[in-house]
Amino acid sequence: MYPAKFEYFAPRTLAEALSLLEKYGDEGKVLAGGQSLIPLMKLRFAAPRALIDLNRIEGLDQLVEEAGALRIGALVRTKACELSQLLHDRFRALGDAAPQISDPIVRNRGTVVGSLVHADPQGDWGSVMLAVGARVEARGSGGTRTVTIEQFFQGPFASALQPDEIVTSVVVPDPGPRASGTYLKLERKVGDFATVGVAVHLSLDNGRVRRAGIALTAVAPTNVKATKAEEALAGAELNDSSIRNAAELAAQAAEPRSDLRGSADYKRHIVQVFTERGLRTAAEAARAA
Amino acid sequence: MNEQARPVSDEPQMRRRVEMVVNGRPRSAEIETRLLLVHFLRETLGLTGTHVGCDTTSCGACTVRLQGTPIKSCTMFAVQADGLEVTTVEGLAQGGKLHPVQEGFKEEHGLQCGFCTPGMMLVSAALLEENPNPTEAEIRFAISGNICRCTGYQNIVKAVQWAAQKTQSGQAATTVA
Repeated sequence: MYPAKFEYFAPRTLAEALSLLEKYGDEGKVLAGGQSLIPLMKLRFAAPRALIDLNRIEGLDQLVEEAGALRIGALVRTKACELSQLLHDRFRALGDAAPQISDPIVRNRGTVVGSLVHADPQGDWGSVMLAVGARVEARGSGGTRTVTIEQFFQGPFASALQPDEIVTSVVVPDPGPRASGTYLKLERKVGDFATVGVAVHLSLDNGRVRRAGIALTAVAPTNVKATKAEEALAGAELNDSSIRNAAELAAQAAEPRSDLRGSADYKRHIVQVFTERGLRTAAEAARAA
Repeated sequence: MNEQARPVSDEPQMRRRVEMVVNGRPRSAEIETRLLLVHFLRETLGLTGTHVGCDTTSCGACTVRLQGTPIKSCTMFAVQADGLEVTTVEGLAQGGKLHPVQEGFKEEHGLQCGFCTPGMMLVSAALLEENPNPTEAEIRFAISGNICRCTGYQNIVKAVQWAAQKTQSGQAATTVA
């Protein structure tokens, strides 16, 4: 399959990339890992006039801790997250999600930020970032602005990003002590989109929940937070009854559609099972953290 | 290798000259920007060992190594590889001697139709460089982005294990010597 013709630019600086984007506006597309964009271009669902490749810009591949928070630059590959001890130790929902995303070869190339900008409701990183309360940093000709990940997702394949903006990084706040999380994903086979995914993040304080983050993949028009489940858990003691209650509320937050991957009822049930399982896993890890 | 930034001009940039090192040999051509790396390798350079399987980023038959890292060459434009090093299945054998992974696939009958084989071997070679003594589970995880429709993967796993043993005993022999 051949994409439509396009002009290709490989700028060396972010300033140069931004000026190209300003010139081409919504006819320009930013290329990072390309593992979503290039398939779309081959199918001609996307036919940008100009492709602005970020891969030659230095400094965008940083995966670093900054005062307890985690900064993930625009060129950080999912593979780097899979291998990161920091993610495994302190940002467990991210560390658990990484090896479940797509397949090992795609992970070598695909980026976290690219996945978020693509805003596919079946994307895994979106739910993980909602659960941990991440912020997106977008650079445009007018400067840098920060958008919460909840505001960032506007609809299927639609984000709050303006045509002249580039997401330079996503920042995960300091989870604090006694915190952990996980990501559970049901897929028919490696590399397929999620039938259902559930991201869980928990922080504990004196045996009670300080903050709970729960977000769902592939069961709504965007990655979606299970807000009522999160609120029910906040301040509560974690026990069988509160966990089961939260899992039921999470299932109610899902609006799945029946398709070849499963019926709506089945998917909603999986949300419930995964939320319960995820909370138990995260609670155990958070107590040990 | 000229990897310097080309000046941004007002001219449409739909064609470009690219230079890259493919299997150790510098190659250069003027190509359309929309040319996929797999077509550059197969059609521009005539290196048909890299296969087009699904053409939808699913099967891994088109896997090559870019700067040593396995990537799907149907999901990358050739212009993106400008100035970089690419290894295809044709680059596995060195000096007329098969790569241990190639020997393993031969000894353990790791292929039937052979369509997935180039991708399987390149991923396996990269795995063994990172992890010279992988478990069966690690091998299966590493090749999980490559689809084989003939073998049920059993003999592919054996082939990689064979290569791991061969590489390790080779290194042991070198150390003793």
